[in-house]
Amino acid sequence: MELIPLILTTIITAATPLVIAALGEHVVERAGVLNLGVEGMMIMGASLGFAGAVVLDSSLAGLMIGMAAGMAMAGVFALFALGLATNQVATGLAVTILGLGLAGLIGQSFVGMPRPPIGLVTIPLLADIPLIGPALFRQDIVVYLSVALILGVSFVLTRTRAGLILRGVGESHGSAHALGLPVLKVRLMAVLFGGLCAGLAGAYLSLVYTRFWSPGMTAGRGWIALALVVFAGGRVWRLVAGSYLFGAIMIAQLHAQAGAIGIPSQFLSMLPYLMTIAALVVLSLAGRRGVGAAGSLGQPFVPDR
Amino acid sequence: MGLMLVPRPHVSRLRGVLTPLAAFAVALAIAAVVLTAMGKSLVVAFQVYIAEPLTSAWGVQEVILKAVPLTLIAIGLIFAIRANRWNIGAEGQYVMGGLFGGAVAIATHGMGGFWVLPLMLIAGVAGGILYGLVPALLRNRFGISEILSSLMLVYVAELLLDYLVRGPWRDPRAFNFPKSVNFDAAATLQPFIEGGKLHWGVALAVLAVLAAVILLGRSLFGFAVAATGEAPRAANFAGFNEKLLTLQVFAISGGLAGLAGIVEVSANIGQLQPSISQGYGFTAIIVAFLGRLTPVGALLSAVVLSMLLIGSETAQIMLKLPFDMTRAFMGLLLLCVLAGEAMTRYRLVRRA
Repeated sequence: MELIPLILTTIITAATPLVIAALGEHVVERAGVLNLGVEGMMIMGASLGFAGAVVLDSSLAGLMIGMAAGMAMAGVFALFALGLATNQVATGLAVTILGLGLAGLIGQSFVGMPRPPIGLVTIPLLADIPLIGPALFRQDIVVYLSVALILGVSFVLTRTRAGLILRGVGESHGSAHALGLPVLKVRLMAVLFGGLCAGLAGAYLSLVYTRFWSPGMTAGRGWIALALVVFAGGRVWRLVAGSYLFGAIMIAQLHAQAGAIGIPSQFLSMLPYLMTIAALVVLSLAGRRGVGAAGSLGQPFVPDR
Repeated sequence: MGLMLVPRPHVSRLRGVLTPLAAFAVALAIAAVVLTAMGKSLVVAFQVYIAEPLTSAWGVQEVILKAVPLTLIAIGLIFAIRANRWNIGAEGQYVMGGLFGGAVAIATHGMGGFWVLPLMLIAGVAGGILYGLVPALLRNRFGISEILSSLMLVYVAELLLDYLVRGPWRDPRAFNFPKSVNFDAAATLQPFIEGGKLHWGVALAVLAVLAAVILLGRSLFGFAVAATGEAPRAANFAGFNEKLLTLQVFAISGGLAGLAGIVEVSANIGQLQPSISQGYGFTAIIVAFLGRLTPVGALLSAVVLSMLLIGSETAQIMLKLPFDMTRAFMGLLLLCVLAGEAMTRYRLVRRA
């Protein structure tokens, strides 16, 4: 493959887990819940997804298992943060710590095992477009799925009754409850969806991006996804743009390390984390501070009757 | 769901004391079930995690030593969490403390002098404060969530330390090992008694607990912290400066984390190396919650979790249990503690 399509392909591969995890958390936060457990759900998806793929010898099955694992962790979060109205920040942290530990335990017998690449799906004609064709239209199934998710999430949130209810629950759970809307049920669905997305994102990392399992391999991507949701300020297109920007930064950083351009590798590795903060600063300078967060975000809801 | 939460009108003191104990017992019970399912011996596990650390002189010393950084960091976090500020980057501030203080030790290598150690401690605290103030300033000036920024800075601090000990600060005589020079005796926090292991850091931790008891319980500042955390609007009307308070609690938690870092590096590690923490900054969050955000509670919880950390080192050999088992248990423990907190505030009632 030529250079430009190759670079584009790697950027898309690096950005896809971010897009998926951030989209999931976007829905969760629209419903008024702050789930800081993204990193933990993601690494569970990476670990269990990889283990499942090896045992069943199928990457597709692995992706499914990864989704289920992320959803199970989200279920734990929901049980505590929604069922018992525990502090959402602390509960999310607990889910992340638990996830990192469990993922390490499950993954330990799979360290160093390789996985064959996942099959690519070529879209006829479009894939023949020069430069961008091969990168955009000869991709693995998850990349297409992520595009479907982007369109699906933005359509459901802004154009359907279900989306309106979800946003209403997030904006003011008191009013939503007074209107007879099932606040906790809506939030449970949103949280589970977020877990499914995070799990898929994690499984994509271990099964497609690196194609091996290593402990702690999510390396803060869950937290970056959380930052992307803030950066998006409620708008899906900004979330997508931010994710691809970060994918590009990660790839540029890797190339710079390989290219030995004289900057110590550690400083290049810092880039994604520093850029996350920088992006939020820029957002604030653009006068969008606090814009777009759901009104009831992070507040526990206890129905009074 | 046929159950609902009903707020308790009054929470008794006894319930407050029993809650963390019950949470710990439940977490242990779940862990016991998991260990049995994994085919591990519970008798051996009890010996490794509880009996051995508490019965041998060696074990008790080690438990106290590990409780020092946990206590110092958790005390600082209590201030932040009580004010509803989420400093989850204590791990980074700890690293910065070790790094700043360690810089003094490396720069004064071969000089000696009674002033080296105090200067190291001050530098360590300063490093932690400066690094802790970054998320506070970002929050005050740009409205950026301190949760995300403080966590991102953990990775940055770890990478910076990694660069320094592999690059400019590497001991040229260390056969390419990524480590700094060994600290001089003048740069080492000395034990109380010749030949013992307990050092002056233990006294610093106890001092921090006492200071926190007075500050949180008996001072206007402590009231401002509580008011801002529980009723920010009321605190605002009362004239407490919210932004100043954010800076203060981050300075306190960052400074104590930095102190923990330099104490650990000076007294126990004796050099800078790529990793100077066992995740103390994150474990301390659990310590703070298990201690119900009280200083004395944090001290006791730090001892308990320190015991687990010591046990997990032996367990890796005796039970072939990786450290991840301990990490998973800590996540589980935090969940149990949070559930316990919920049960003190609410009753579960069957819906009529």
